[in-house]
Amino acid sequence: MKLSETLAVAWEGLLTNKLRALLTMLGVIIGVAAVIIMMAVSAGTEATIAEQINSLGANLIFVNSAMMRMTPGQPQQGGLVYDDAEAIVDSVATVAGFAVEQQTSATVKYGNVSLDSITLLGTTPDFPSVRDVAVASGRFVNQTDLDRTARVAVLGASLAKELFGAAGAADPIGARITVGTEKLTVVGVMAPKGTVAGQDWDARVYTPITVVFAKYLPSRFSAMMGNSVRTIYLQAASPEVIDDTILQVKLLLARRHGVSLDAADFTVQTQQDIISTQEATTEAFRNLLGWVAGVSLIVGGIGIMNIMIASVTERTREIGIRQAVGATETDIRLQFLAEALMLSLVGGLLGALAGVAGSWVFARLGDMRTVVAPGSIALAFGSAALIGVFFGYYPANRAAQLDPIESLRHE
Amino acid sequence: MSAAPAIEITGLTKVYQVGEVEVHALGGIDLCIQRGEFVAIMGPSGSGKSTLMNIIGCLDHPTAGSYRLDGQDVSALDRIALARIRNRRIGFVFQSFNLLSRTSALKNVMLPMIYDPHNRLPRGERLAQAAAALEAVGLGDRMAHVPAELSGGQRQRVAIARALINDPVIVLADEPTGNLDTHSGQEIMAILDELNARGRTIVMVTHEAEIAAHAHRTIHLRDGLVEAVVPNGRDLQEAPREAL
Repeated sequence: MKLSETLAVAWEGLLTNKLRALLTMLGVIIGVAAVIIMMAVSAGTEATIAEQINSLGANLIFVNSAMMRMTPGQPQQGGLVYDDAEAIVDSVATVAGFAVEQQTSATVKYGNVSLDSITLLGTTPDFPSVRDVAVASGRFVNQTDLDRTARVAVLGASLAKELFGAAGAADPIGARITVGTEKLTVVGVMAPKGTVAGQDWDARVYTPITVVFAKYLPSRFSAMMGNSVRTIYLQAASPEVIDDTILQVKLLLARRHGVSLDAADFTVQTQQDIISTQEATTEAFRNLLGWVAGVSLIVGGIGIMNIMIASVTERTREIGIRQAVGATETDIRLQFLAEALMLSLVGGLLGALAGVAGSWVFARLGDMRTVVAPGSIALAFGSAALIGVFFGYYPANRAAQLDPIESLRHE
Repeated sequence: MSAAPAIEITGLTKVYQVGEVEVHALGGIDLCIQRGEFVAIMGPSGSGKSTLMNIIGCLDHPTAGSYRLDGQDVSALDRIALARIRNRRIGFVFQSFNLLSRTSALKNVMLPMIYDPHNRLPRGERLAQAAAALEAVGLGDRMAHVPAELSGGQRQRVAIARALINDPVIVLADEPTGNLDTHSGQEIMAILDELNARGRTIVMVTHEAEIAAHAHRTIHLRDGLVEAVVPNGRDLQEAPREAL
């Protein structure tokens, strides 16, 4: 029997019982759609994270305080201090800019508007260029503010709107707002930036880091050990010097802190390191989803096998008739194998459509980004085909082994 | 064309193992059927006529003895070879028609062609052949109908068209009128008579004497042996052998 005829006979076999064919395919449809949707969601999440990390700023190196175990009876040791940042800038030539952050939260008041738990970010003049944000009006914190511990504030875009009303209602520049216990003069408003790595950058107040040290987070040990900071951002002069810069920074900080590199009280990372960490996380997530999808495909396959076995029993007479007019074992086996394969392939096709549509719906309704990778469609489709052949073989073989005399007698 | 008999059976036995007991369905049959002959096989149930038909139809193997179909020994062929013989050399007509129920008359008739590996005809040619075969049995206007939409007599005519489509050496008819009313039965017998008149070899199982009377001779089986061979007064040589 020619292949085209085998396929035609198998196709007719399916068409004669459309509802059952559809129900049989349901397992595969769901499995394939699940593979595609889950992969689209995880790819979308990954892409969003990667973009956010890239939008943190170019050639950025993160120096973070490492969590130190505290020894009872001793003051907290180590961690980064503000002077570390200045030392790095002074001695590592490949650092083009730096920004230091120390943050706290406070209630912000202006007129009769009062906003709780607003992030107050103490930082340094290079912050806008290092972290890739722009000033919309007025100016950012400058070196003079820093040196004089000037009580100035730069507002995030949405915060400015909340405090001063819609644009044009009142000019924030020059206004005096109350932040926690201090009164600060607004000197600038930032352009909108949105949410970066889970933080809303438009709802913050920026102030010189020296103000935070002096007024908001005074430390008993600051005179002795310097003002501790959480993160120092360094901007390397070019992508090529990043590795070299990291090494120099590590050596310098280890010497300043009197620790070995193995037991450092700080970490030095690039965007790439952070992306890698994220990728490892999403990969674990994706593996899990892969297993879930795999299991549902196998369940779909078992569904196909189940129905094919029932179909072989039900169509014993038909098999007998075909054998009587000359169908060989191979003809019968191929016919049922082709039916199983078609069930799984048509199921795969419908599943792929459902998966693409589902990804779109998720993106629309779930407000999450989805990226449908062509590879995931190919993978899902290929698995469906494999499952059709694997689970179709046993029923097909059973059909082929039937005895023609017995089959013709079958009612 | 060879001059060998259509069917030449010698010392044919069939033994079934039913648990501990051996059942001798056929106890040693000798039978020779010439080309162009119309032979009826009769016998009470349990006489072995179904077993004999299954072996003649290459659906089953004999336990011992030889069976030559058109000069070829087919008693020891494997399953695939037997399927090929059934496809090319035997046309079946069953009591219960055995048509594919959800398939049109035309496609039922085409069925033996799609399993013939030597048939290289394009699909259009096959359709035309199958259509011609249905015309020949008077069903030219029923080709697209499925069996449920046809009367019993019409179904059996579809089955006859199917049996003839690959131009077999013999037509095996197993109680061809058993499920039909008298009138339809007569129509079917008229078709078989006409086929035989044109030279087709027919072997028919029946339990009705008047149906058997259409054959040249009747072979009576009893307890797995040939009990009697009765000529029906029709002379084989009178039949014109156009098809040969």
